[in-house]
Amino acid sequence: MTATQSPDVAARTRTAEEIGRTGTGPRPLPALGRTRDVPLPDVTTATLPNGLKVLAAHRPGVPMVEVLLRIPAATGSATADPAYTAGMEVLVETMLTGTATRDRVGIDDELAAVGGELGVGVDPEWLQAGGSALASGLPTVLDVLADVLTGATHPDDEVARERGRLAERIAVARAQPRTVAREALQLKRFGTHPISSEMPTAESVAGITAERVRELHADTVVPDGARLVLVGDIDPDTAIESVRARLGGWTGTHPARELSAPPAVVAGDLELVHRPGSVQSQLRLTAPGVSRDDPRYTAFQLANLVFGGYFSSRWMENIREDKGYTYGAHSSQEFVPGGAVLGVDTDVASDVTAAALLETRYELGRMAAVPPTTEEVESARRYAIGSLLISLDSQSALAGTLSVLDSVGLGVEWLRERPARLEDVTISQVADAACEFFAPTRFTGVVVGDADVVGPRLRALGGVTREGSA
Amino acid sequence: MSDPPARVEIVSVTDVEAAALELHRATLSNGLRVLIAPDPTTPVVGVSVHVDVGFRSEPEGRTGFAHLFEHLMFQGSESLEKLAHFRHVQASGGIFNGSTHQDYTDYFEVLPGAALERALFLEADRLRAPKLTVENLRNQVDVVKEEIRLNVVNRPYGGFPWILLPPVLYDTFPNAHNGYGDFSELEQATLEDAASFFDTFYAPGNALLTVHGDVAEHGVDGVLALVEKHFGDIPARPTPQRPSFAEPVPGSERRQSVPDAHAPLPAMAIGYRVPDPSTEPDSYLAHAMLASVLTDGEAARLQRRLVHADGLVTDVSASNGLMGGPLDARDPDTFTITAVHPSDVEPDRVLGAVDDELDRLAAQGPSVDELSRQSARWASALHREDDRVMFRMLGLGARELLYGRAELALELPARLAALRPEQIAEAAGRLRGAGRAVLLVEPATDQSDQEENS
Repeated sequence: MTATQSPDVAARTRTAEEIGRTGTGPRPLPALGRTRDVPLPDVTTATLPNGLKVLAAHRPGVPMVEVLLRIPAATGSATADPAYTAGMEVLVETMLTGTATRDRVGIDDELAAVGGELGVGVDPEWLQAGGSALASGLPTVLDVLADVLTGATHPDDEVARERGRLAERIAVARAQPRTVAREALQLKRFGTHPISSEMPTAESVAGITAERVRELHADTVVPDGARLVLVGDIDPDTAIESVRARLGGWTGTHPARELSAPPAVVAGDLELVHRPGSVQSQLRLTAPGVSRDDPRYTAFQLANLVFGGYFSSRWMENIREDKGYTYGAHSSQEFVPGGAVLGVDTDVASDVTAAALLETRYELGRMAAVPPTTEEVESARRYAIGSLLISLDSQSALAGTLSVLDSVGLGVEWLRERPARLEDVTISQVADAACEFFAPTRFTGVVVGDADVVGPRLRALGGVTREGSA
Repeated sequence: MSDPPARVEIVSVTDVEAAALELHRATLSNGLRVLIAPDPTTPVVGVSVHVDVGFRSEPEGRTGFAHLFEHLMFQGSESLEKLAHFRHVQASGGIFNGSTHQDYTDYFEVLPGAALERALFLEADRLRAPKLTVENLRNQVDVVKEEIRLNVVNRPYGGFPWILLPPVLYDTFPNAHNGYGDFSELEQATLEDAASFFDTFYAPGNALLTVHGDVAEHGVDGVLALVEKHFGDIPARPTPQRPSFAEPVPGSERRQSVPDAHAPLPAMAIGYRVPDPSTEPDSYLAHAMLASVLTDGEAARLQRRLVHADGLVTDVSASNGLMGGPLDARDPDTFTITAVHPSDVEPDRVLGAVDDELDRLAAQGPSVDELSRQSARWASALHREDDRVMFRMLGLGARELLYGRAELALELPARLAALRPEQIAEAAGRLRGAGRAVLLVEPATDQSDQEENS
């Protein structure tokens, strides 16, 4: 980077030291003004006679509406059921491919006419149909939604075609190290509970017939226990009436099936999963988390931020900004039926895998041994309050949050009171939570990487056993 | 294919109220351009700095340097120790990031409105006097290498198509090289490189400051006064002359295969050159609409043909712009069609079907309804993006920096909606009439040579 760029300019180039210094010297940081309250709309709620719960909120800003339907859709089996997972995956892939009155292209054309998008997905706990459209197009989106919920035909040829595509997509997904790590982690912490069956195998997909998909549709796409959230530039009462007119006739023979609580995470050795040829390793540690109704929840949230929940955390500053072992390191909570699990995730180069694990254990231990300082807690507190403001500042984010909260019996009031709860947590409560929930002895997990390269040092470090192969 | 049961009225995009946003401009005496777009409906504010240098401007032998330098700008400045920038943004309740594109680099934060002045201070301090040290340079080379391993080396289809396609379509170093960089060249980067890069490209006259969102009691004049207070005493420096990156459009097809040790299925990317967005804006936008007509939604031409009728590909996607979105780079830029397909499908069958569909569009154009539906989709997608202060701010800033018209971001839905079928037909004909690049990603079973090129 010499004079080739622009000779006359480069001639005046300063040294790095000259660049980093001015005559004025360091300047003081400006103070903060007063933070506004989180502006949250009122939420209108109604439950239709068929059991469908509807939540609607007026949130203008852009002339759009978000539509989010979630139906509990767990398997009836007590253990992970690959055929069910495969069947549900084919079901969602063919849900928008035909009804008695619309075909695949007709459905898409009708949505596009109102700037609409609709997508259907499934996981071990929920079947989800989500979309958005120009607000004036809400009736059209609801028309299409009602038609596919009550009348999707899952045509034979579409099932055959989507089965093939699904097998190809599964192959691509399983080539991603993050997918390998996720599957290994779910198995490690939840064993054979249905929650660990997130993605079907190609073999189980191949065995799914169109008839089986239609049976599953009748069995799982039911209104009793489902909730539909509408957020946008809409009148909530009119929107709810619009839903009632279209989805009031949707019926099911039984309530939607909720996922049972998975077993609690048991502490233990990490499992090393061999992925030949990997140049990076995925570290995925996990421990029991804290549910929202636990009195220690808010303190735990701040402790998590201090550990690895945001960039200015102990763990990130150590393994990225000091050591350069990783591009990112994150700890976060995932809610599961009956509780929550804490996840501690980073991807690191093969040659520093053991070193990164050592630093991770060190930082976990430090949470117990060296309590978060006042400065650390105040930073986490301000971030938690401010980022709440930012994270709810869109229709889609608000719709998603309302849906998740409602499924555990919490409403918009809980969100409104969150800043106050965050303000009220004391330093010593955060210290207690740090000690109780981040102690390294509570964790288990997986390491995915090239075991031939990372294995020897990990074994020397201890607490790692070699089991499977990706 | 049957028609929908009842004819649905297609929403006219021009009926949807355009985003009412006032844009205020100023230029400080040191040359820094300022764009202020207040939005009283949100409680958060965004501050961004767009610098007029991207990875196309990095010199030969220093691939990846523009992106590496972006990382260094977070490593401290005269008033801020290492880590202080992150800590101050987050302890103010905010989020931050930066990104390096073909022609620009952006830095931004989004925070509660109460932190506006603090955000201006943080951006000004590093634009005035970043602390560039050998220790931070070495640390961030390591971090960037991990970023590349994560996003490229250790996963299937890494860098597809944005790193892999340009060397097939382009001949000159600025357009063809890998913007993430070779490991060996990243490792050779020196502190002197960093100082020279900063002094050359990060002059205040080569940058744009954007403030968007809740400006609270300050008002536009108050914000401008704060901008002057914090940025005003950065000394003016010569602004580098921007080189032209123009090169001839290839006259024929160029084809290249690359092995991918992690990929389970073959993939292909077709790259075409597009019209210059600053001299032929409507023709450029017609290419963006063409991409939607080809692949957006189940009813799109290539979805119907390649995925459903012929069953040739698993997924297909088209985009006007190498990095994914329209109006994100100056000329020359790239139109891409990418597809993942089963191993038993010959790439030429896919190419043949794509050519067929382009020929059909060139001859007959899309229908008026087809265009209206895609316009409505564009409008709602853009509205949805604009519902976040971060995206709207970055869209305004990038268009102001690249084309001198932030208004382009606001006008985009209406301009796309105003396109006529014959303009889309012309775009399709133009793609068929010129040369193109075809990149084939081939699954490689040999895992021995996949270590990064260090």
